[in-house]
Amino acid sequence: MSKILYLGEAVVTHEEKRAWIMLVVSVIAYAGYVAVVLGRQDGGSLTAVPYVGALLWTVGGAMVASIVAEIVMGMANPRASRVKDVRDREIGRLGDHVGQAFVIIGAVSAMLMAMAEWDWFWIANVIYLCFVLSAVIGSLAKVIVYRRGVPQW
Amino acid sequence: MKPTRVTNTIRALRFAHDEMTQADLAERIGVTRQTVIAIEQGRYSPSLEMAFRIARVFGVRLDDVFQYPDSEEVAP
Repeated sequence: MSKILYLGEAVVTHEEKRAWIMLVVSVIAYAGYVAVVLGRQDGGSLTAVPYVGALLWTVGGAMVASIVAEIVMGMANPRASRVKDVRDREIGRLGDHVGQAFVIIGAVSAMLMAMAEWDWFWIANVIYLCFVLSAVIGSLAKVIVYRRGVPQW
Repeated sequence: MKPTRVTNTIRALRFAHDEMTQADLAERIGVTRQTVIAIEQGRYSPSLEMAFRIARVFGVRLDDVFQYPDSEEVAP
């Protein structure tokens, strides 16, 4: 059989799999958090809902889930290469750059909300939302670039 | 839209060099096989240094591996 059609390994790099894990875990974790908070609202004001525990557990749970998913991914295909090359680093920087914008948006929003004396609930939640958006949009950018190619500029 | 206008003949050159696999080429130029696939498909434009390394693997000149089309003609 022709070696030119060699397809011994998956076409997805280790770094792309990590971007997928980050994307999926972030979306599921935030959806779970929103469901818990809205479930506790019970017709009252959102600012009266106890959210701190749910938020901290969600953040911690997402970190643990990402680590576990990467371990499972490694165990499922122990021969898969974990090498990171120049293309992975370029895509990683691009994704981080895209995601970073949302961290800044979150920080500026929180600052303005604090100055306007908004409830702590909204300040904490806008920061958390922007962290999630940073992870989701950054990971999405990485996945798209892995699939469609590194843009030239 | 393709991310780069650079085209290449890496696939043909691999075939001409004893059907070299993408994994073999990747190992020789120090990247992952996925990066070789992306370069072959025009989804990734390699650095000048990597382009020279690829040409050297095949023992050919740089423009035997990579081609850049003439500028698009501007409508009058």
